[in-house]
Parts: sequence; structure tokens; C-alpha cells
Amino acid sequence: MISFLVKGLLRDRSRSLFPLLTVAIGVSLTVLMDAYLRGVGDSIFDTTARFVSGHVMVTTGARAREGATASNELALLNVADLRADLEQAYPDIAWTERIRFGGLLDVPDSAGQTRAQIPIAGIAGDLSPTGQERRLLRLDRSLASGRLPEKPDEVLLSDDLAARLKVSPGDRLTLLSSTMNGSMSVSNFTLSGTVRFGVTTLDRGMMLADLAGVRAALDMNDAADELLGLFSSGAYDDARAARLAESFNAGADKEDEFVPTMQALRESSGLGAMIDVMLAASGLIVAIFVLAMSVVLWNAGLMGSLRRYGEIGIRLAIGESKGAVYRSLLAEAFVVGLVGSALGTLVGLGFSLYLQEVGFNIGGMMKNATMVMDDVLRARITLSSLIVGFLPGLLATFVGAAISGLGVYKRQTAQLAKEFSG
Amino acid sequence: MILLALLLLAADLPDGNALLGRIDANIGSENKVIVAEMRITGRRGFRTVRVKSWVSGVDRSFTEYLAPERDKGTKMLKLGPDLWTYTPATDRTIRISGHMLRQSVSGSDLSYEDMMEDPKLANLYAAVTTGADSLLGRPVWVLDLTAKKPEVAYQSRRLWVDAERHIVLKEGRFSKSGKLLKTSEVKKVERRSGRWVATQAVFRDALKAGSGTEFVIEDIQFDVPIPEGLFTKASLRR
Repeated sequence: MISFLVKGLLRDRSRSLFPLLTVAIGVSLTVLMDAYLRGVGDSIFDTTARFVSGHVMVTTGARAREGATASNELALLNVADLRADLEQAYPDIAWTERIRFGGLLDVPDSAGQTRAQIPIAGIAGDLSPTGQERRLLRLDRSLASGRLPEKPDEVLLSDDLAARLKVSPGDRLTLLSSTMNGSMSVSNFTLSGTVRFGVTTLDRGMMLADLAGVRAALDMNDAADELLGLFSSGAYDDARAARLAESFNAGADKEDEFVPTMQALRESSGLGAMIDVMLAASGLIVAIFVLAMSVVLWNAGLMGSLRRYGEIGIRLAIGESKGAVYRSLLAEAFVVGLVGSALGTLVGLGFSLYLQEVGFNIGGMMKNATMVMDDVLRARITLSSLIVGFLPGLLATFVGAAISGLGVYKRQTAQLAKEFSG
Repeated sequence: MILLALLLLAADLPDGNALLGRIDANIGSENKVIVAEMRITGRRGFRTVRVKSWVSGVDRSFTEYLAPERDKGTKMLKLGPDLWTYTPATDRTIRISGHMLRQSVSGSDLSYEDMMEDPKLANLYAAVTTGADSLLGRPVWVLDLTAKKPEVAYQSRRLWVDAERHIVLKEGRFSKSGKLLKTSEVKKVERRSGRWVATQAVFRDALKAGSGTEFVIEDIQFDVPIPEGLFTKASLRR
């Protein structure tokens, strides 16, 4: 029966070509969109987690409320003990201490007088050769010139910032900032190298310093602004992060503004709404696809029925039941859907693979952006890419044929002889 | 009748600009040397900063931090519109400019811009006396000040001025949009070297949490000789 239908489809291309192309194009677009959104989401979450918020972040209640630009006065104290407690309570999360600082970076001339100055924002983490920040911040592959810091008073600058200040590795820099207690802080550092992350927000003007050096400069002994936690799986699990934060904060004294408070990436980075949209987007795309394809294929089926009006009439006249004709139309749709979905999935995977390997550079559009994300957006192919378009493709063809095929039941068999005699 | 009463009241109010001149004359001098303490109450606690300042006219000053230990030896030099700081630990003389001037001085409610400001109000503002009141048991005039130039840090101010001693007892400083940015309230006024001096005042940054910065003048001497060489960048490293 199936081979009979397939022969019919192959010999009468007008019966199969348009629905097949429609399904294939729709499926390939769905596969591509799904892989692209997944890749972009991964890129944003991964970069944000590494540079900004971790998958979860522990900070003081006051800082959690006021955001990352809050004063260092609101930092966590007794961080070594707090970190030990967190490591014991959450062994599958890697914890790292960070200090965020701002101030004026001053470059001296040969006489020690100000040659250049620029306001900067900086991150301090354990940049020592044994520290995990080198891996987290991908410093090895981001190094543009010089070397990574080996001493507490050595720092990295973004390559663009170093070029603007006309400094190179080995030059002395002075950071004018405020201590945790609000006193003026003036500290000398040596530029060990420059970095280029490929993240416009960071490459515009970032200073990376070693935690020990910044602690000494800002009088923050055993203090840190935040403890970032990254899941050992490497992937952000929004539901898990939210659960952890809820249970961690459950017993906290809400009156104490310095009480350690945990936030999931969605809260600390302000990406909550975006995460919700991205989680819903894939399902939404599939739903829209099924609906749109069903309507198109319904229409195609109706046109096919009109064209095959005589054929169906003869089949009914020679005694084939309406149910059998309807089932054969559904079977034809199944074959078209199967082939079209398979073809569409293959084409979609091909484009997705290209975007996964080569990517799409949006650096030019990110000049004034504040979101921390890679300049090169890439798709990500997963197992779900194989079915995300395939199953809806099959379903849409089936639904389209099922609706249009209902016309078979409206044919008046008593009128058939009259129709043929005319 | 009401209009007549208002006209009579308006006629009794002193000229704002003349009053501003008297305020400047009371506090202004050729030279002065001040030892002061800033008591800063932050969200984490309380701390004090002690400084000694040598002031010459309206546009030159030299300040040395005496305490706390971490800040001891830090020096600041103001020459006209320029401000430099020197810290012995880094042996660097750094010019403070741009947005850094709006930063807090030692975590207090005062900014570098506040420190840099021309202390002669009449140079910066036009004043109108808008009413009479009483404060700290003293009769005061209420003055509304409007900046003469757009680059002034605070576009308008409201002063409560002791009607007899010509000293500002309370103040509100506002942005161009009329938002309250800073307040100050004098707690103690003393007679020093024949002048009325606010020796204790509380400054508050209205945009910041905390209970303000108390500024206490321990000692003030007017018209004392100050070596000319003090107001040079070279003196910062001495």
C-alpha cells in the first residue's frame, strides 16, 4: 500500500512537491532557530556567569539590593570562613571571590606627574598561577600582549584601554579609588599584559587585578564583594539556582543588611525576563510553526482535492469507502511529512552546524551595549535539534491533510453518476 | 490690605546680595590655618579623619592628613581650578579632575568639588532674601541663591543666615532640576579672633544613606603668615 502511495507521489509531483517543500523549509527554519537561540542563550549565560554573576552569587543583602555598582563598604566580611562553609554545603559548586572596584587610573610620565588619566571599572580575582580565575576568565586565550600577572601588584588592562592610555606591559599605573571604609586609596600597579575577550562591554575599558593586590589597596583584608558559584556541570540550570538561593536565604535575618544573601544568575545579572523569554521561545516557535504549516498544508490539501476531484469521485464510484479514501490521503501526508521533515532537519542542521563552527559576528552592533555577551554568536546543536522540527513537521502535514481531507465525506455519492455524465 | 502688608514686609527684608557680601566678609581673610576633624558615620560604622589646612585667599589651599594612620601624610593642593593629591606610600602626585571631583572625600558627605568651590558666595551666586525665621534661638534671614554661571556645582541654594552675626546656620544645595543634593546644619558657633565661626556642623549627602559627616573645627587662626613655597607641587613631596 505504502509503495503504491509513494509511486503515486513520485509520478504526480504536483501532488507532493509543494507540500514537501513547505514542510522542509518550515522544519529547517525551526531547527536553525532552535539551535541559534540555544547557542545565543548559552553564550550569554556562560559569559555572564564567568564575568558577572556566577550561576549563583553570595553577597550582602545591601549589595544584592543595590547592585554591582554599590560601594565596597557593603562587602562581605570573614570571607575565608564563609567560603569554607559554602564549599562544605555545596561540594559540586566551584566558589571564587571577587571584588569590583572603580576609580581613576593614572599613568605617570618619567617625572612621576600625570600623563594620562581615565575612569575605569575593574574586577579583582585570584589571578595567581594556581588560582581558578585564569580558567574562568579564559585569560590564557584572551591574552593580547605581555603575560598574565604573577604578583599581587600586577594587573591586566583591556587591549583597547591600554592603547588609549598608550601604555604597554611593564609600565607603572596608579589606581585612585576608595577603601572599603571610604578613605582615599592611591596604589601603584604594574601592567603585566593586555587582554581582548571578544566581549565589547569588557573590551571597552576593563582592568583585571589580583585579589591580594586589590585587598591591600582597598583595605579589604578577608573581605570580598561577592562569592561566585559555578555549577560543576558548567551549564546554567535556572531552576536549580533559584532553589538553592531560596533555601540559602530562608533562615537569613532580613533586618541585617550585611547578612550573606544568595542570588541566582537571573536575579543578580538582571537577565530574569530574558531567561523566561528564551525558555519559552523554542516552544513558541514550534507552536507557531505547526499552526502556520497546518494552515498552509490545509490550503494545499484543499487545492489538491479540487485538482483530484475527479480521481476521488471515480474511487468512490467504483466502491472505495470514504474512510479508505480519507485514510489513503492521510497516509500520503505521512509520507510527504516524513520525507519533508527529514530533508528539512538535514538542511537546518547544516546551517546550524555552520553557525556553530563559524558564528555570526555582531561586534559592530555592540559598541554601546551594556550586556556581557560574546561578540560572535554561535548556534548549538543538541539532541533536541533532531526532533524539534521533525515531529512538528510530521504533525503539521498530518493536521493539514486531516482537515482538508474531510471534504471527502461531503461528496454526495448519489450525485457521482450525474457528475460523470456531465 | 494683604498686598500692602506683603509690600511692607518685602521692604523690610535686607538686600540678598548685600547680605551675601557680609557673609563673605565675616569668614574671608587673607590667610587662615585650620585644624579640623571629620567624623564620618557610614553604614559599617564610625571613623574620624583629622586634617590641617593652610588657606590663602579664595583659590589656594594646602591640606595634610594627620589621622587615621593609613591616611597620615597624604597631602592635597588646590591652586585655582586644579587639585593635586600626594600619597607617601606611592610617591605619586596625581591631579584629580573630571568625574573624580564629584567623588566623596575620604568617604565623607563632602566631595572634592565642595572643597574646590570658591568660598566667596557672592562670586558665584545672585541672592534674594525671601523671608525671616529663627534657628538655634537666633533670628535668621532666608536667602535663595541662584548660580551666575552654569558650571557651578549647585545651581541653587537656600541659606538660613544669622541676621546679626552673618553666618550661615543652615543650608540646602540643589541641582538644576531642583533636587536636593546636600544639606548642612550648624551645631555650634564660636567667636574666634574677632569673627563668628561655625565650629561644628553636620553635612549630609541627600543622595546617600547614612547619618552624615560632622565637621568640627578644633583650631582656626586668621591672617597668619604662610610660606609662599607651601602652595607649590614640590611641597607635596616634602
